[in-house]
Amino acid sequence: MKSSTICQEWLDSLPSTEGFLKKEQSIGREFLLEKGLPSNKDEAWRLSNFKKLNSFLTLPTIIDNEDIKSIFPEKDENRERIIINPNKNSILNINLPNGIEELNNKEIEENLGQIVKLTNIKNDISVCLNQASSLEILALKVKRNFNHSLEIIIPSIKEKSISTRILFLIEEGAKLDLLQIFLGKNNSAQNHLIEIKLESKAEFTHGLISLGEEKESSSICTLAVDQSEKSKYSLHSILHGWDYARFEPRIIQSEGEASTIIKGLQVTKAKEQIATHSLIRFEGPNGKLDQLQKAVASENSHCIFNGSIEVPQKAQKTEAAQLSRNLLLSKRARIDTKPELEIVADDVRCTHGATVSQLQDEELFYLLSRGIDNRHANSLLLQGYYDEVISHFPKSACKWSFIEKLIKDITK
Amino acid sequence: MISSTSETILSIENLHASVEDQEILHGVNLVVKEGEIHAIMGRNGSGKSTLSKVIAGHPSYKIESGSIQFKGKNILELEPEERARIGIFLGFQYPVEIPGVSNLEFLRVATNSRRKELLKSELDTFQFEDLVKDRLKIVEMNPAFLERSVNEGFSGGEKKRNEILQMALLEPIISILDETDSGLDIDALRIVASGINRLSQPNSATILITHYQRLLNEITPDFVHIMADGKIIKTGNKELAIDLEKSGYDFIDKNTKEKERAK
Repeated sequence: MKSSTICQEWLDSLPSTEGFLKKEQSIGREFLLEKGLPSNKDEAWRLSNFKKLNSFLTLPTIIDNEDIKSIFPEKDENRERIIINPNKNSILNINLPNGIEELNNKEIEENLGQIVKLTNIKNDISVCLNQASSLEILALKVKRNFNHSLEIIIPSIKEKSISTRILFLIEEGAKLDLLQIFLGKNNSAQNHLIEIKLESKAEFTHGLISLGEEKESSSICTLAVDQSEKSKYSLHSILHGWDYARFEPRIIQSEGEASTIIKGLQVTKAKEQIATHSLIRFEGPNGKLDQLQKAVASENSHCIFNGSIEVPQKAQKTEAAQLSRNLLLSKRARIDTKPELEIVADDVRCTHGATVSQLQDEELFYLLSRGIDNRHANSLLLQGYYDEVISHFPKSACKWSFIEKLIKDITK
Repeated sequence: MISSTSETILSIENLHASVEDQEILHGVNLVVKEGEIHAIMGRNGSGKSTLSKVIAGHPSYKIESGSIQFKGKNILELEPEERARIGIFLGFQYPVEIPGVSNLEFLRVATNSRRKELLKSELDTFQFEDLVKDRLKIVEMNPAFLERSVNEGFSGGEKKRNEILQMALLEPIISILDETDSGLDIDALRIVASGINRLSQPNSATILITHYQRLLNEITPDFVHIMADGKIIKTGNKELAIDLEKSGYDFIDKNTKEKERAK
């Protein structure tokens, strides 16, 4: 089937929505009707596996009344948990703690779609796919000077596609530690659009564990963050187990004087394809960025990283470091990594680097020479490799057993 | 500690080994018995480190001919981890840094691998911490190093102490210590040497690879071998090391020339 037909059929099958997302829905649908799905002529999608993207769109988004039957690890005492269940009428299933509130209509109208718009991406297909299909929104704010921890779990529904839309407003001086967990299921798809606005001096620690489980699960996630001055945003992400996944973190330091840390890890096996396309733009002076993107590709899989950093004239004294480190564990696996730095300002310190290697023979021999068997030695080395990203997650994140999964799947 | 009934631990016969098609060892012969301490000296490039790695089973080296027997059993077919488990320990000249791998966890996994071979019960985290704290005393090592990644950010001396700590935990039957004295100041050398002495057992043996006689002042070898051009060309006792320190390796060249003339 042609991709234009698939797209048309998909759009026809989507349920319509009312409220804030009605306008968004028509924007997304009109765009897709006019432009259709991406092709390998679109630079940002050049390496994408279109067969997998097409199958992403063949899953129905029709909602039935069946509840999600997943069992999750116990929640932490000091971290409120929200489970996004598209089969329930209300997206919000907890009483919010003091200091976190749902956004009012005015706040939603002012911010919805505006943060992602700042990223200025032409033909923004990932976003349009979400706009066209999202039916409900979770819109929360952390009030001025409050400090909270939150967990958002987004499970999948077997043989169904789900779309979620999330908007966060972190008011001046407020802090949020958010752990987000995306879980795939057999033959399922997820599509997320998350917008975050950080007011001045706000801090957001964002852990994102995205685990596709079983066979043929797909995920497309766009994350747009608007940082005001003196705000701090750190993102630690793990993507693993998806047959097809695409993650697009986009961070705009709209006033400069802010700090951004990104530590990402994507691990592929079998015939999976996982891609991260990041964009960080500094719209003012004295911005800081520390970005590390790691990838491990085994068997016949494919990892992609495109890392754009834009430093325009007004972003003097920017300090940005980007490093892409990759492990290629099989001759048939593939890694594509492309740092893209566009620097116009002349008084900046920007560094970037990319390495692709295998597990180090001398490290392996050292472990073997202590009696540790090959499989265990490889596990230890992989664990060491993951550590730079994993060590930043809160300790309680371990209950999601992602470390064990990351190691078991790759050393099997 | 040596007696006429001592059992042979390691027996190397006419060993030829190469790396990347270049032969490095040209017929090494060496017999090590229980309770013995052997020192192997020789110039850089004489094949000392290669010999140690070949015994430990480094995959980059190819055995062209000859044999290595450990307690009467041919070990050339054994993987490096199998050799380690039966009691062969290599103390690295340059211990490898492994970022992100906890030193404590590494030591525990290694210790349990060896214990399994010895039919001893595996140690859980708490039991192992008790054991390792006890063994740390042998090398006077700060417990803070257990919390770090394997050898990462360790000074040269700390890395060597960590090697001897591993030796103390694994309780090997033969320890081959490749230039354990290099990069150590006088105090660290004494600590490391005293650790090695304390770990010597009547039923184990040690091979020290070194450039300097100063280590041999601390650990008295029963035999001193001199390697040149991939062979052991001379064997003696401690006096040989003293002579070597005095006159350098020139006499080896003299010997070689004389042999060539005799041909």
